[in-house]
Amino acid sequence: MTETNLDHRLLLLCDDDNVVVARTRLGQGTDVLIDGSRYIINRDVLPGFKIARTEISPGQKILKYGAPIGSASQEITPGARVHTDNMKSDYIAIHTNESDESHVI
Amino acid sequence: MGGVMKGWLRSDGRKGIRNVVVVAYLVECAHHVAREIVLPYRNKDVHLIGFPGCYFNEYAQEMMRKLTTHPNIGAVLLVSLGCEGFDKYGLESHIAASGRPVQTLVIQGEGGTRKTIELGRSLVEEMRMETDKQTPIPMTPAELVVGTICGGSDGASGITANPAVGKAFDQLVANGAACIFEETGELIGCEEHMAARAATPALAEEIVKCVEKAAKYYSVLGQGSFAPGNAEGGLTTQEEKSMGAYAKSGASKIVGLIKPGMQPPTGGLYLLDVVPDGDVRFGFPNISDNAEITEMIASGCHVIIFTTGRGSVVGSAISPVIKVSTNSQMYNRMMDDMDVNAGTILDGT
Repeated sequence: MTETNLDHRLLLLCDDDNVVVARTRLGQGTDVLIDGSRYIINRDVLPGFKIARTEISPGQKILKYGAPIGSASQEITPGARVHTDNMKSDYIAIHTNESDESHVI
Repeated sequence: MGGVMKGWLRSDGRKGIRNVVVVAYLVECAHHVAREIVLPYRNKDVHLIGFPGCYFNEYAQEMMRKLTTHPNIGAVLLVSLGCEGFDKYGLESHIAASGRPVQTLVIQGEGGTRKTIELGRSLVEEMRMETDKQTPIPMTPAELVVGTICGGSDGASGITANPAVGKAFDQLVANGAACIFEETGELIGCEEHMAARAATPALAEEIVKCVEKAAKYYSVLGQGSFAPGNAEGGLTTQEEKSMGAYAKSGASKIVGLIKPGMQPPTGGLYLLDVVPDGDVRFGFPNISDNAEITEMIASGCHVIIFTTGRGSVVGSAISPVIKVSTNSQMYNRMMDDMDVNAGTILDGT
């Protein structure tokens, strides 16, 4: 993928990946360029978070660094944030404090 | 890398990049007295270490032997309550045999808290004066042992700070240094990649077994090495965190697998196996970053490179801990605690 096909606020780590990484905070509703198409960010995304680059079906592997980092737990559309609500580990469950979500800095 | 560094030569041939006087308590009951002894010297390279347990423990005895004869240490004061199980005089003679000044204070024998603190401070004063007279000599990168750890990782760790440490490790290894990476529980999913980098087929097999042991440990305990803050920082799964953590190891060949307290026999890249052998017995193997740092220092690390995304403030006695921030937001917020900002890699500045 050439530079001009991807928003400068996003980072593609490996050509095989189906997610890109936010380099900066992106508010809900921001439109971004991925593989030459425009998509709307579906919720606030902080730097370092993942955004879908392609349609991803439930059970399909999520690829980052060119390596599987888990599987989709539901249908994911391009431009959607990819995180604990729509993907899971293929190894071991994680523990999160949902009550902390609103205090994230 | 030129020979601009200086180090203090020890009798075993190793050199220290610091010349610390360490005060070590040998049971929790002696902790307060030892801490009070150190208090006036907090900015004068007098550090506090210790072991809290009352009963004899081979692991603790070995850790204390390694820590008190670490190359960064010039002199040692041991503080015992008196009735605990620690083999204090065994430790004292081990330290004395290394050529370092060493004294043992037994609180019950010295007449209690105040008298021991007073006596301890005067002994520390003498030790500090003696060690300050020693002159460091030139030291090369090949004489360094460097460890790395990550704590409070986030979605930027595997993109910025961790690969940057990997590059630093490659340069250090090329210059003859020994480099240590660890946290096998955070390398779950990377075992085949690591095996392919092993210097020998036998080592490749050992590495795979060592990660399988960690995976078994975590599955018995019901969760991986993943804290809620990791998810708040954009990491979603153990294997995603592992991929990021693994980047700290760089691209050099892995030449050995060592246990906590074991020194790397040569230069090169080593994996430290922090998970105990045998049945799952002791709870989480990496109960805290401090425990892992202590194990790396016991293996001779002169310095620890610590990458953090959420903002860890963990430091250590004996060896300095260099903090590398994975993102500029946290770096700007916690600048006093951070040494390097690798967040600029993500910012593109």
